[in-house]
Amino acid sequence: MTLIPTNDMISQLVSNLSIRSNQFFGGGGDGWTSYIGILMYGVIFVMMFYGQRLQVHMMIKDVEGSLHKLKFIKEEGRKTAIETLKDVGKPTTDITSRVDRCLDYFTISPQSMDPAGIVAKLDHILDVRDQRIKDDVKLMIPQCEGDQLNNMENTLEAAMALNYIYKVVRHYYIQGKKTMSLYVIMQLQMILPIVMKEAEAYGAALKAFSQGQPIGDSVGPLIAGKLMYGHEVREVYKDCVVATVPFEGRTAIVMKAKGPGGNVGKPGDAIETIIEENEGKIAMLIMIDAGLKLEGENVGEVSEGIGSAIGGPGVDAFKIEEKLVKYKIPINAIIIKQDIGDAVSPMRKEIHEAADKAIELVRELVLERTKENDTLVIFGVGNSIGIGQ
Amino acid sequence: MTQNQTAANKISTYILLIVVTVMGLAIVSIFSAIYAYTLDQTIEAGFLALIGAFGLALSGMVLYQSKRRVDAMKIEAPKMMTYIECKNCGTKTTREFQRTDFVFKELDVCPKCPEQKQMIVGIYKEIKEKEKTYAI
Repeated sequence: MTLIPTNDMISQLVSNLSIRSNQFFGGGGDGWTSYIGILMYGVIFVMMFYGQRLQVHMMIKDVEGSLHKLKFIKEEGRKTAIETLKDVGKPTTDITSRVDRCLDYFTISPQSMDPAGIVAKLDHILDVRDQRIKDDVKLMIPQCEGDQLNNMENTLEAAMALNYIYKVVRHYYIQGKKTMSLYVIMQLQMILPIVMKEAEAYGAALKAFSQGQPIGDSVGPLIAGKLMYGHEVREVYKDCVVATVPFEGRTAIVMKAKGPGGNVGKPGDAIETIIEENEGKIAMLIMIDAGLKLEGENVGEVSEGIGSAIGGPGVDAFKIEEKLVKYKIPINAIIIKQDIGDAVSPMRKEIHEAADKAIELVRELVLERTKENDTLVIFGVGNSIGIGQ
Repeated sequence: MTQNQTAANKISTYILLIVVTVMGLAIVSIFSAIYAYTLDQTIEAGFLALIGAFGLALSGMVLYQSKRRVDAMKIEAPKMMTYIECKNCGTKTTREFQRTDFVFKELDVCPKCPEQKQMIVGIYKEIKEKEKTYAI
């Protein structure tokens, strides 16, 4: 059978078409207007009863598209995590099922009915979680040590975050589809652009962690590293390093998380230790960190302010603030602006270049706000992945 | 798993089948329009040409939309570069990032200064942004 119509077929089609068009339009203006009128009434009638349903369907389709993309990113993340673990650790057994188990890990935050002492509880739970993931990586690839172990832990954590985001979005999508509730789907659709941005950032972070590349958040440790380079470095608290550096006639105690493995250390405990070591005689604490930029601001903009510039669940900020209050130490913050995507994905040129601007700002701050021979603490907060000391 | 990834990465077979069918019918319609025109049936030729053009535009649009969706799935991994510098003579070199690289890592001696080791001073990516400006 051929698809090319014969002359007879076309002649028949043309004659049918002309007959139908004459019947349909009635050959007069009345036919046209009545047809359009009926059509309009029909549309209004259908929209009255099915308008919202139609809207829900359109929203569901929109969410479905994003969910497909999320699933793709999540699967890519899982694949990257497994391949990197295999590549780095050369395991003798199949680690796939173990990785899948890890991806489903959850953390239950401590009970807050009686909030007194919750910081210590949260700190403990986070420590246990961190250790648990490290132990799992060790079980999968026993010969993995030090920086590599930290990088693998970070890789697995990024894959876990992607898995969690996908599952939550899928949950609300199915719930919305089941109930056909405009409000469930609408809420999901409204936050989806932000969720997708975060998921894409974690997707990029996974590659960076698996390769050991610096990320946007590493700008704090990069600045501290630049300040402490060439000076004797010692470990002060779990995964935190410190160097005593002469700086503009003052003594700067420069601190950062230990690199070049993926590591944020325990800044709260490290600063506590240093302040106690110096019996509280600290003229100023300067914290340098990556900060979220607002839309309209440029990536790599440097800003200064007051307060403890540190993210996370708040445990470290709490510990630092407690000590500062005890010894009445002034605190200054310098942030390097970037969005969430830049913060967890491989470092951008603008962020790298902002390091020198931030150092200049530290210099100005120290000269203006401290006296000669003072001792001050400078902490480069963030993940030290790809940044040595 | 691999199937899902592949499915997300390419245009759906069903959509492609529908698009090809519509496109085929549209082409047939355009040929019919030409034939009708040669028979001096201009109104019918016009209708057929309109149907053909609409079919072609519709299938083209669906194909374009599907391609855009597939393109949106792709995650671009920018190239990371390692920037190396000799602190003595200031010679700067750049190469692609290698797994063991990290900032402040000391490398081989500088080719110009025999006693000075080169150091990695930066690892970063350069993005040429096509970002829209919303200047106020």
